[in-house]
Amino acid sequence: MTRPHKTHSLPFALPLACALVATTALAGVAQAQEEPIKVGILHSLSGTMAISETTLKDTVEMLIDQQNEKGGLLGRPIEAVVVDPASDWPLFAEKTRELLTVEEVDVIFGCWTSVSRKAVLPVLEELNGLLFYPVQYEGEESSKNVFYTGAAPNQQAIPATDYFLEELGVEKFALLGTDYVYPRTTNRILEQYLKDKGIPEEDIFVNYTPFGHSDWSSIVADVIELGADGKKVGVISTINGDANVGFYKELAAQGVSADDIPVVAFSVGEEELSGLDTTNLVGHLAAWNYFQSADTDVNEEFVATWKERMGEDRVTNDPMEAHYIGFNMWVNAVTDAGTTDVDAVREAMWGQEFANLTGGTATMLPNHHLTKPVLIGEITEEGQFDIISQTEEVAGDAWTDYLPESAVLKSDWKDLGCGMYNTETETCVQIESNY
Amino acid sequence: MERTFLIRHPSVMIFIALLALFTLGATILSEGFGIGLISTSFVKTLGKTLCLCLVAIAMDLVWGYCGILSLGHFAFFGLGGYMIGMWLMYERTKGIVVDQLAAAQLPPTPEEVREAIGAQIFGVVGGSEIPTIWMFADSLIIQLALVVLVPGLLALVFGWLAFRSRVTGVYLSILTQAMTLALSLYLFQNDSGLRGNNGLSGLQNIPGAENISQDVVSVWFLWASALALGAGYLLAAWLVAGKFGNVVRGIRDDEARVRFLGYNVEAYKLVVFTLTAVIAGIAGALYYPQAGIINPAEIAPIASIYLAVWVAIGGRGRLYGAVIGAALVSLLSTWFTSGRAPDIPLGFYTIEWVDWWLVLLGFGFVLVTLFAPQGLGGLVDRLVRNPRAARPQPARPPQSAKEPA
Amino acid sequence: MFRGSFAAALRHGAAAPTPHPSPTHMGAGTWSGRCLAMLLVLVPLVLAVLTLPAHAQTGPIQTVLQDNREDVERASRRTVGPIVDAIIATGSDRAPLFLERWSERVVYQRETDGLFFLVEDEDADPMALIDIDTGAPAGEAPEDDMDQLRPNSGVRGVIAAALVRFQLSDPDPDRRAAGLQAIERDPDASHLAALRAAIDNEPDVALKARKQRLERLLTVTFGADEAARVAAIESFAGDISVDVRATLNPLLSTRTRFAEVLPADANVARTLEPGSDIAIEDAYAMLADAGRVPETVDDDARDAALVANIADGRVGGVSVASLDTDQAREDAYAALAATGSVPPRPSAEDRAAAVADHVFFETYNEPSRAVTDAARATLQSIESRVAAYGWLDLGLDGLSLASIYFLAAIGLAITFGVMGVINMAHGEFIMIGAYTGYVVQQFVPDHTASIILALPLAFLLAFAAGVALERLVIRHLMHRPLETLLATFGISIALQQLAKNIFGTQARPLTAPGWLDGALTFNDVVSISYIRIAIFVLALVFFVLLWFILNRTRLGLEVRAVTQNSRMAASMGISPDRVNMLTFGLGSGIAGIAGVAIGLYAQVTSELGASYIVQSFMTVVVGGVGNIWGTLAGAGMIGSLQKLIEWFNPANTLAAQTYMIIFIIIFIQFRPKGIFALRGRAAGD
Repeated sequence: MTRPHKTHSLPFALPLACALVATTALAGVAQAQEEPIKVGILHSLSGTMAISETTLKDTVEMLIDQQNEKGGLLGRPIEAVVVDPASDWPLFAEKTRELLTVEEVDVIFGCWTSVSRKAVLPVLEELNGLLFYPVQYEGEESSKNVFYTGAAPNQQAIPATDYFLEELGVEKFALLGTDYVYPRTTNRILEQYLKDKGIPEEDIFVNYTPFGHSDWSSIVADVIELGADGKKVGVISTINGDANVGFYKELAAQGVSADDIPVVAFSVGEEELSGLDTTNLVGHLAAWNYFQSADTDVNEEFVATWKERMGEDRVTNDPMEAHYIGFNMWVNAVTDAGTTDVDAVREAMWGQEFANLTGGTATMLPNHHLTKPVLIGEITEEGQFDIISQTEEVAGDAWTDYLPESAVLKSDWKDLGCGMYNTETETCVQIESNY
Repeated sequence: MERTFLIRHPSVMIFIALLALFTLGATILSEGFGIGLISTSFVKTLGKTLCLCLVAIAMDLVWGYCGILSLGHFAFFGLGGYMIGMWLMYERTKGIVVDQLAAAQLPPTPEEVREAIGAQIFGVVGGSEIPTIWMFADSLIIQLALVVLVPGLLALVFGWLAFRSRVTGVYLSILTQAMTLALSLYLFQNDSGLRGNNGLSGLQNIPGAENISQDVVSVWFLWASALALGAGYLLAAWLVAGKFGNVVRGIRDDEARVRFLGYNVEAYKLVVFTLTAVIAGIAGALYYPQAGIINPAEIAPIASIYLAVWVAIGGRGRLYGAVIGAALVSLLSTWFTSGRAPDIPLGFYTIEWVDWWLVLLGFGFVLVTLFAPQGLGGLVDRLVRNPRAARPQPARPPQSAKEPA
Repeated sequence: MFRGSFAAALRHGAAAPTPHPSPTHMGAGTWSGRCLAMLLVLVPLVLAVLTLPAHAQTGPIQTVLQDNREDVERASRRTVGPIVDAIIATGSDRAPLFLERWSERVVYQRETDGLFFLVEDEDADPMALIDIDTGAPAGEAPEDDMDQLRPNSGVRGVIAAALVRFQLSDPDPDRRAAGLQAIERDPDASHLAALRAAIDNEPDVALKARKQRLERLLTVTFGADEAARVAAIESFAGDISVDVRATLNPLLSTRTRFAEVLPADANVARTLEPGSDIAIEDAYAMLADAGRVPETVDDDARDAALVANIADGRVGGVSVASLDTDQAREDAYAALAATGSVPPRPSAEDRAAAVADHVFFETYNEPSRAVTDAARATLQSIESRVAAYGWLDLGLDGLSLASIYFLAAIGLAITFGVMGVINMAHGEFIMIGAYTGYVVQQFVPDHTASIILALPLAFLLAFAAGVALERLVIRHLMHRPLETLLATFGISIALQQLAKNIFGTQARPLTAPGWLDGALTFNDVVSISYIRIAIFVLALVFFVLLWFILNRTRLGLEVRAVTQNSRMAASMGISPDRVNMLTFGLGSGIAGIAGVAIGLYAQVTSELGASYIVQSFMTVVVGGVGNIWGTLAGAGMIGSLQKLIEWFNPANTLAAQTYMIIFIIIFIQFRPKGIFALRGRAAGD
């Protein structure tokens, strides 16, 4: 009976040996003498979100290359550290910890979905990292360690709703969204906002569908049916990702014209439109802070550089502009601070200004949000947007004014040192964020 | 009894010893307790890998030994994580809320505290009420019991329904897959009361241990995971070594024959199915505080299929095979997706592993199924020419055919 | 219109004022409103004349535009009305043309001096400018100097409504139709008279009918004569169109009111029973809002009052620290109220008594009882028909979904039935089909030709992939179904990732040919898009084809023989190997076709197949394997059931899918082998 014992012990050694070899391989990261400044890129390159996030990885890489051509930063080259969190939210947290502790990056550009941001937050706050988050989101958050370069609800959802109310005279709203936190919270804010504006509850129809939903016929039919009480119907869509393709195809098939039932989308940009034929969608709307069609010189140059690098058929979109602003602000802040130290950079970030691609200036506010103009565009046949409305810069509001429990909160890291400050009791509710 | 068992099966002892050695080694190298050669994030990865090994052992028991290809065991794993996650999240939030309300002019009423907790936890997903399923969330004891009870009960009910109507083979696999899909779709709903797509997050912050660094906490969890893995291995090895194991193997090899011998096949299957679900639940409860977040995507059907893949690659019907498979594939997966694997330039095209790892895994898996049906464990066995372990053990008629109650 | 002409004359100075045709059909109510609005616009115009003599040479429309330059540049629905009216009031016969051009977005503004122009060719650079007022060429300007005016759809609606009066009797039927559409979108009292005047001289029969119908619709809302309105309402009995309901429903809108006794003259819809029809709190709040009873003090107000009355750490005689329960706070407040420093909280009895003293009721906003009665009766007849048609529509949706599931699952069912293996890569064969459609469209730009080409090509490619899979993998795992399942899963993840590497992660466009655009509309409730009909037809064709192959051909005979008893079939001279290969190829090929079909109505991504695979399994399992009737029944059941559950819970599609799967799990308890179980030997494990 001795033979089997021996043979059984062999297989055990294998995983352990593997693990320990891997341990030392992962741990012993030799550092070069002429140290580059490391920038972490935390965007999914596989899985469901890769459709949107891969583009952002390419954008940051482009920006880094541009900066290196200009001679780097603080006389040191910038090095991109790309990881793939694979649309897997726990993996986002794990990769963040790796970036901050193993790779020791100075800043991270990353995340798309709110879930991924919420997964990353505790790690960032624990290890005092720095994240630039480039996507429009639901607000209700202001972390010391995150700069939100995308739109808060008051920079996208509220102005678009105003546009519906005032410009198009919409009286009945269908809020269609994918079932996750951004549409849920945005719709909650919008519902309250609409009620404040005198729209009765029964005139607000809310529907949530799963990610990648494709069978839209009955939902679109329900929306058309809403018009039966004689009020003008408008759709506010927070449908995310490729589910939009089926949704718009069904809209076109059922002959919903933008003049009868306008649809304004918060998650449909040039990238998403490239997946469908837009001839039947002309006139439907999207609200963003940037469109590729923006008529400025800096934008023309940006688009040209992008196309030259990535191919003629590639388009630019709003989160790309957010990274463009965020990256350049970070570069300027590091230059001002003379160091990449997170606390120093954060202080240098407050009040940092940079030119928008759409004209005007973005300013980093002490609540870690930007001032941004709100643009409303109509879909054209070419899959682009015709900008029909552009506001002055609107200051991003971390805590919405339209929900009673959030209206009393404000964020000011510069003077109050607090991201969740109750103005009624004049106390800081918490320094860390809700996850 | 235990003594003789261990002496008769020294392989188990070797495993336990190696596991202890490994844990000790990792502790010494860790940042929290040792010389800091390996990073905290890697300690967490190791701890999580141990949990995956544990659930792989459960999978091996149910598939490799009992022949039930369950494509739903990650559902139990996830449920375990959710149960412990509820307590972690509730208690952590309660701490914050109580501190905050202490500043108010009137001392808070219990309703106010509860309301504020609800607003903090569910405000993110557009609600504020605490759903009824959170009623025990303030009690660690009850939630710990639920870690075992909820997956166990689900497995019991599901297994009873499925085995009773003699659903077997591929049908059963599809049905278990449907179960996990239904559960994940249910949890994806915001109204499920478990924060929908967002899931439960911030789980790495242990209430009452806020000031203790993650460097230390990660090692604690490594220990706990190693302990659970050791205990699970011991239990599984003990089960399959005895008569129970023989009957179960018999069911795998020829169910009808075992039934004709007078065994209550359904009862045996149900016991194995439920027991492995409980093990999976415990593994999940240890895994997710290390991962930091749990959400419904974790229990999507694909996760359970990967679990089967680990066990198949490692080698079915041998417990160490499951451990090898889970550890190897999940660690390799981490390595390849981290961008550290060197790219292979082919001149006309550069293979970037981030893009090609899944292709490699997929085809590699097909090759293993075709050419090494016993997995890596089987390959190793064959190398050392041990014919007994290299082939699935034929069903031996039980020596004493006693019908269990 | 006097003021308008006067101002215009004043403004134009030397320019010859054109006579103003006064719109005679304008409703009296809006006339004064518009006049007022116009006055508001024209006053600044008058002032502008005094300050901006440069405009003296410009034509009348240009002048109006220049005087409201900012509002024209950033036109808004709220401000553009008076401008449009002023443009029409200039009386220029080019005004309608200009307004049309404006709403078509072919009016440009020259950056240098802010003047507006029409252009000859939008794409030319430099642009040839055309004067708005005269239509004469007005020189050229480089494209960069010209800004396009982009009125939004709200503004375009206003313009369209203003143009109605010029369009209703236009010689061009398209314009008349456009005018009618403008009225349909945004009916206005002023349109009624214009419409009535334009009915008799309408030569086109279809347009005339449309005008008459529209006239009745407008009469319902804007008619002055009660009898005419009632007649118009009754004429719509049973008409389920959305626009009819949209006209009738507002007539029945109500307002909740209260009084001490029910007023006799009010058009009461119903009286409300406090406690059942209206919550006591809400009723009380109404009374409190009207100042009839003291306001309730809610918990927040109570706590605020307590905080305000804290003195030396005590309030209402108790220490603040003890106020950590609701009851304690209640007591403290009562103590405060007893001292008179805060208003007392009205008790539940007080509130109920106050509410009981009043009658709560809903009144129609429409004063005429005859009209509301007619509207209610007509709507009732309409609603019951809408409900019936709603079920029909639901049935069509279910049928459509079923045909999609059928297409996706039938290939799986065949291979499962014949070989007893589940092909997890089946979804990826669907994906291969969809991507084939996309690639073909890159080379064949004509959508009809490309689809006709893509269908067989997708079949062939998926067929080849299926045969390759069978030869290379499945054949070697013949008697190990569980291993096959896992091996094909490996293929599935590899293929999915390969597709990502080749086509990228973005969704790819697969566009249906033009003749599949739009929907077959039976009425406003029942309609189904042509793409779905095409998919249904495709499913039907494949059902018949498969039935034919399996029951009427040599191959089918062999397939059935192998399905029922492979060894026996082999001994009869049938090569199971060949049959397996062909069936696997056939099943995969159909998946490829399904891919093209699904890609036409949904998104083409690498995950397209994966999102259908579990549903396909369900279909096969529910239907029973190896039987196309089973798959048909399974797909039909799952498709219609899913729609039914969605109908019960329209706000949450996810829930529908969950309940669906739970139902299937339970269903399998009762029919473990599916609806159509195979009998005989093949039914064994």
